[in-house]
Amino acid sequence: MASAVSNPSAKKKGNAVLTVFQKIGSTFAKGDWKTKISYLILGFGPLLRGQIVKGLAFLAAEIAFLYYMFVPQMAFPGNESLEGIGLGYLTRITTLGNVATKKVGRKTVYGDNSFMILLFGVLTIIIVVAFLLVWYLNICENAEEEKLISAGKKLPTNKKFIRSFLDENFDKTLMTLPVVGVFLFTVLPILFMICVAFTNYDKNHQSPTNLFTWVGLQNFKNLFSFATDGFGGTFVRVLGWTILWALLATFIDYFLGLAVAMLINKKGIRFKKMWRTILVLTIAVPQFVSLLYISKLFANDGLINGFLLRMHIIDDAIPFWTDPVLAKITIVVINIWIGIPYLMLIATGLLMNIPEDLYESAKIDGANPFQMFWYITLPYMLFVTGPFLLSQFTGNLNNFNVIYLLSGGGPQSMKMAGNAGQTDLLVTWLYKMTVNDTNYCMAAVIGIMVFLVTAITFGKVYNMLPSVKDEEGFQ
Amino acid sequence: MANKKEKTASMAAKRRAGNIVAYIILILMSIIWLFPFVGIVLQSFRSFDTEYGGMVNYLVPKQFSLDNYKFLFSGETNFLLWYMNTIIIAFFVSLFQTCVILCVSYALSRMRFKCRDLLMRFWLILGMFPGFLSMICLYFLLKQFGLTQAGAVPGLILVSVASSGMGYYVCKGYFDTIPKALDEAARIDGATRAQIMFQMIVPLSKPIIIYQALTAFMGPWCDYIFASYIAFGHDKSYNVAVAMARWVNTNDYQGYFTRFCAGGVLIAVPVTLLFMALQKYYVEGVTGGAVKG
Repeated sequence: MASAVSNPSAKKKGNAVLTVFQKIGSTFAKGDWKTKISYLILGFGPLLRGQIVKGLAFLAAEIAFLYYMFVPQMAFPGNESLEGIGLGYLTRITTLGNVATKKVGRKTVYGDNSFMILLFGVLTIIIVVAFLLVWYLNICENAEEEKLISAGKKLPTNKKFIRSFLDENFDKTLMTLPVVGVFLFTVLPILFMICVAFTNYDKNHQSPTNLFTWVGLQNFKNLFSFATDGFGGTFVRVLGWTILWALLATFIDYFLGLAVAMLINKKGIRFKKMWRTILVLTIAVPQFVSLLYISKLFANDGLINGFLLRMHIIDDAIPFWTDPVLAKITIVVINIWIGIPYLMLIATGLLMNIPEDLYESAKIDGANPFQMFWYITLPYMLFVTGPFLLSQFTGNLNNFNVIYLLSGGGPQSMKMAGNAGQTDLLVTWLYKMTVNDTNYCMAAVIGIMVFLVTAITFGKVYNMLPSVKDEEGFQ
Repeated sequence: MANKKEKTASMAAKRRAGNIVAYIILILMSIIWLFPFVGIVLQSFRSFDTEYGGMVNYLVPKQFSLDNYKFLFSGETNFLLWYMNTIIIAFFVSLFQTCVILCVSYALSRMRFKCRDLLMRFWLILGMFPGFLSMICLYFLLKQFGLTQAGAVPGLILVSVASSGMGYYVCKGYFDTIPKALDEAARIDGATRAQIMFQMIVPLSKPIIIYQALTAFMGPWCDYIFASYIAFGHDKSYNVAVAMARWVNTNDYQGYFTRFCAGGVLIAVPVTLLFMALQKYYVEGVTGGAVKG
């Protein structure tokens, strides 16, 4: 089915590329001299045709681009003549710099900064692509204007053009800042880190003192290597626990939350609001306060162990956080404490939406409460909350706070590489590798793995969801 | 007749028994759910002078006192500064993030533009990358502009706001439920898109705006990871989460435990009250978001 879907879209893409080139060619061939000059000087045509605002915008984009790429502004180590920022970084991205930092006498002479070269290299590539896009838009604009003129129509005035940004072009006004923000603070860093996964940027290659460089797939090989110093064994164990944790945390919380919501909704139970408010406290109180306290509550010298020892119920402290299996169980149980209230809130509203007569007729047919739950309530809830369950699952795969604040990933194990602990998820392992080990390249590889796990789960499950398959199904 | 009466009587008895079990479960749950909070509050009032500030094996302090609270306000640590930092971050993040989400949601819900589907799919995929993957890169980016260490507070606000456009799902889902016929009627009357947004859609969306502002406001109180990385080693730009976690996790937490509890109470009380006051809107947003996915 997937290939059947992807085939036409691939064809469409091929066609789209073809039409772009056709448009570029035919506009040049058919266009007047203003259009032709616009191929070199952006916005030339619109400016001469009175479209001052558009023309100036295109021209400004070109000047800014050329300035960034070619105007000499900085000297790179090993090359004393000044270079343009864009071109300078772009030419070095293949090696990530080759002039090392060295000490001359007592002075440190800084060489190439691999970090900056990679970051600005990636940025420059994107800027070049963006500029090509602007160039193409400029051609389209010229073609559009010529078409309007030859049809004898008037071009829109500048005032009208500016006002359109509050009306039919309002989407551009609204989206520009958010898109730029996401680009600079999410897309660029992620692209950068994906690149880092193919370098040897670790604690021995810290810029600016040391250079790092491309190493191809070596980090990925390392992750899947089961030799003594390889990450393979650890990776499999951490991945296994991550998936097990996400399954347990999602489904235990889901069913218990549902049960509690039904319990409170039950006829004849009073003070419904009070019960809900008590549970909701867990959402209201900042997690780091409650979780840090609970983590200490279960510590070897914490309140629970202390109390049991004092009462002589146990002789040795229960190793809630130091025994690998017990630590995992403790985390899952405490997560129930956090998870139930969310589910209860959501389920409470939804349960009321189930038509009462469904239950009435089931009762007449002699169904017992369990059967009613199994055949009416559960299918309805699963149908309605399918997408939510999926997002809960992917959220739990990356549930940093609960693990990090409770166990910190511990207990540590000698058997595991990269400082991973027994309860570490992939994300907490990634965090440790970044902050404690500064092993950035392996952290990047693990980050990519987290993405793959999330994306694969999402892709596989999303299309299976009944509410996605047929939206009207349950009604 | 008698048979039927008997039946209803037995049913009522059954229901009563069921309810008693339900009450017992609910009471037990309430005790478990409230226990940590009661624990924090009680420990925060434990006398520092006579019972030391470490962890102990009893819940109710032998002597109640305000030692720990006095310590927080005494100026021996930067607690008040950390508290102010967090309030500033939370306020501005809440303000700007809500604006950004409103803009994105309106555009995606009401307007059909080129690349709309592409953008939504791209952001969805982008959201599957773990957040801290970009941590190192963001750190160096912010450092270029002096927004780390001493400038960590504006830096944190910038980072939280910049990428917030991707969290449009709940709000867009709400906008989608406002009938498009309203827009069309207004457009026939000559209203521009901007006027429709500010004069019609926004006033109609009070619940979802409150929900967005509330969740955005509560986020920074728990922001530990990125805040600790950006403010690293610069005591004055910590937020409460970073500072409190350090108290608990450093080696001398034995002495700082009750102080952590006192700090925790001071943090939790206003946030909890705010949440409880606006709970109605929160439930509405969460439920709506869950159903639409």
